[in-house]
Amino acid sequence: MGIKWDEFFITGDPLILGSQIAILLTMIGAVAGITYLKKWKYLWTEWLTTVDHKKIGIMYIISAVLMFFRGGMDGLLMKAQTARPEMEFLNSQHYNEIFTTHGVIMILFMAMPFLIGLMNVVIPLQIGARDVAFPQLNALSFWLFFSGAMLFNISFVIGGSPDAGWTSYFPLAGKEFSPGIGNNFYAVALQIAGIGTLMTGINFIVTILKMRTKGMTLMKMPMFTWTTFVTSILIVAAFPIFTVALALMTFDRLYGTHFFTVSGGGMDMLWANLFWLWGHPEVYIVALPAFGIFSEVIATFSRKSLFGYKSMVFSILGIALLSMVVWVHHFYTMGSGPAVNSFFSITTMAIAIPTGVKMFNWLFTMRKGRIKITSAMLWALAFVPCFVIGGVTGVMLAMGAADYQYHNTLFLVAHFHYVLIPGVVFAVFAGLYYWWPKMFGFMLNEKIGKWHFWLFVIGFNVTFMPMFFLGLNGAVRRAYTYSAESGFAPLFMLSAIGSIVLAAGFAVFCYNIYWSIRYADRNISSDPWDARTLEWSTASPVQFYNFAKLPEVKSLDPFWHMKKKNEGLTLHDSEIEEIHMPSNSWVPIYMGVIFGIAGFFLVFEWHIAAAVAGIGIFAGLIIRSFDYNEGFHVKKDEIHRIENAWRKTEGEVHDHVS
Amino acid sequence: MIMSAKVDTSLPLEYQTEQDRMNILGFWVFLGAEIVLFATLFGVYGVLYERFAGGPTHKDIFVIKDVMIQTVLLLTSSFTMGIAIFEMRRHNLKGLITWLVITLALGAGFLFMEINEFIHYAHEGATMQTSAFLSSLFVLLGTHGAHVTLGIGWATMVIIQLLKRGLTPTTARKTFIIGLYWHFLDVVWIFIFTFVYLKGLVA
Repeated sequence: MGIKWDEFFITGDPLILGSQIAILLTMIGAVAGITYLKKWKYLWTEWLTTVDHKKIGIMYIISAVLMFFRGGMDGLLMKAQTARPEMEFLNSQHYNEIFTTHGVIMILFMAMPFLIGLMNVVIPLQIGARDVAFPQLNALSFWLFFSGAMLFNISFVIGGSPDAGWTSYFPLAGKEFSPGIGNNFYAVALQIAGIGTLMTGINFIVTILKMRTKGMTLMKMPMFTWTTFVTSILIVAAFPIFTVALALMTFDRLYGTHFFTVSGGGMDMLWANLFWLWGHPEVYIVALPAFGIFSEVIATFSRKSLFGYKSMVFSILGIALLSMVVWVHHFYTMGSGPAVNSFFSITTMAIAIPTGVKMFNWLFTMRKGRIKITSAMLWALAFVPCFVIGGVTGVMLAMGAADYQYHNTLFLVAHFHYVLIPGVVFAVFAGLYYWWPKMFGFMLNEKIGKWHFWLFVIGFNVTFMPMFFLGLNGAVRRAYTYSAESGFAPLFMLSAIGSIVLAAGFAVFCYNIYWSIRYADRNISSDPWDARTLEWSTASPVQFYNFAKLPEVKSLDPFWHMKKKNEGLTLHDSEIEEIHMPSNSWVPIYMGVIFGIAGFFLVFEWHIAAAVAGIGIFAGLIIRSFDYNEGFHVKKDEIHRIENAWRKTEGEVHDHVS
Repeated sequence: MIMSAKVDTSLPLEYQTEQDRMNILGFWVFLGAEIVLFATLFGVYGVLYERFAGGPTHKDIFVIKDVMIQTVLLLTSSFTMGIAIFEMRRHNLKGLITWLVITLALGAGFLFMEINEFIHYAHEGATMQTSAFLSSLFVLLGTHGAHVTLGIGWATMVIIQLLKRGLTPTTARKTFIIGLYWHFLDVVWIFIFTFVYLKGLVA
């Protein structure tokens, strides 16, 4: 209980001292810069209090890129430490902290917000809606995610990082074996972010069920909308389990209960079960939207309708269902016996069937298509072979008996990086190159994009391919060093070199953003890829009300057919009506801040202060309950002016594929 | 926020606007998440319920008479909540508020009994820290109790809005949603009564 002030700031490590100074300078710089440019009001009214799904999406994506940087630095530090045997770059404690934060940040604060960001930007546009069902709740989701992410990230300079792995297995993660406050950060920060994610799931289910434009039946929805819908269902079905698991962890650590402890009748494997009951669906929560992005990109650049649309939908549903009944494959070595392990082996292998169907559908979509090799398409192309390697090694791991050999080795680590990097990171890059012009009105540079692509893909393979062989040779995961006699040194060195190439790819990506912001052509068409779905039928960047007139859908790939038949592209003055839009609100960001403060006090087990901040949370809820702001109406004149600005000639759509 | 100003007056008040229909559907989805949450807590209890670690067992601490009173109070409150919504459909604001207040009073009675029950357990030496069984018992009951507490506070806010604004599509929707929430808590209690108390007594 109480804060030990001498342990408040982490001291004594030059790397961390450097980070503390860097963070301080960045903060001072940001505040000074915004003040100098007099941008506080702009920032507040246009971004921090916004309820516009596109801006919220962009904030998610910016956060995700920052978190990618943080998680990537963790990865590089690990690779540096294991580059040579018996290295003394990081000590074992520091290494434990870094692989823990790497895992948590990459999954929950990089992959999730990146995908949710793209979902936010694209989904209402794809279904022809003007916003999500609950715009203010959407902002709350973002601020809770952001609050959780920041709380988690400060752990390495204030109080100490969690160090029990991203899975935080008990008894290691309990108070008995991890007495510091590091794991409190894990329990509390992920709880706050998780509430935000749950709200996102609810929001998108209702949005997709109720806000589709006229004529868009469920089986006419774009594939990204379908995957988002099923992912949202998975979020609602799986995240409450994590909420409970984290709450019980918090009780064990802060209030001395015995859920997962060794003493008092607790059961440590209960944590592993609960964690993976959420954790395995979570893998598909990030993978399914990524599959949706690939479906859009491949169809667009093959200039064909997606092959096997119905089988795609049923595959998604099959994957979602199976994802809930495979969790035990993460701990076959728990010793549940052959019957249980066999059951979970079979369900796990069964996932390969719908996934295989999807693979062939993508390949058949490309068959006889007029393929355009753009940066976005390159990511989709590279995804196919890389993900297959991840999938096939997954089937190897699925065999319960064989898993006793692979368990806890780098083979597993290589496997899931081969699943998650092609399956999620390639997808968000593809999505970013694809939808960037829709978000910002200019394209990312294609030439730099190809450098980004090749460096990243080659670096990725060189980094993780050797880890399969290291794992088969017996190199265990989460070990901070190894002996020279083990013979692991050459492959570890190769892997470390690969990680530098990978990082160079990421650096080129950042440079591409910088270059494109400064120099890219602003005078582009609203449909630069000659695309197929409704988001391309409106302006780039999209006007705040999305559509002056809600489009009407008659078939799949509606915009493609609108262009073919030249109907529904024009807007007559008589069709313009006043549009009702929601107002900005300060409540979501306030809730994010107050949740962050309450969480911070709870991490330090300063209960009275946490309770006081908790009152602030309830105050926010009450203010929201009494808020009867019903939004505002956009006048016809304004719509007229905005529409005329981008429809240079009525109905004209310029092709602009580089 | 009413995205579409279209009002369909052939429907009950709370369903008349598109935004209100979406809010109600969203709340049903939220209740789905709540079902998963409580199912997980029941699962945890099911795993740990015989792990006494030398501490008191179910039979040592449960007082079935008090539990019966709690059950009657809560089930009756669900019924009165039903009447409240019925009065709302009849556009009878006074009846609605009266029955809502009765509902909350019954809920508060339940809560009072539950807090006494916890104090009684603590006197018996049965606290959250005693054993895995008691940890899971307290957290399961406590989560339900916290939901009831939150529901009372929330419904009070809605009553204030009803008094200030009368029955509008928005206040009707808010009342309807708190009704759904209240019935849900009742359903959870039926499971607690069965799988915690009754099962504990026959174990």
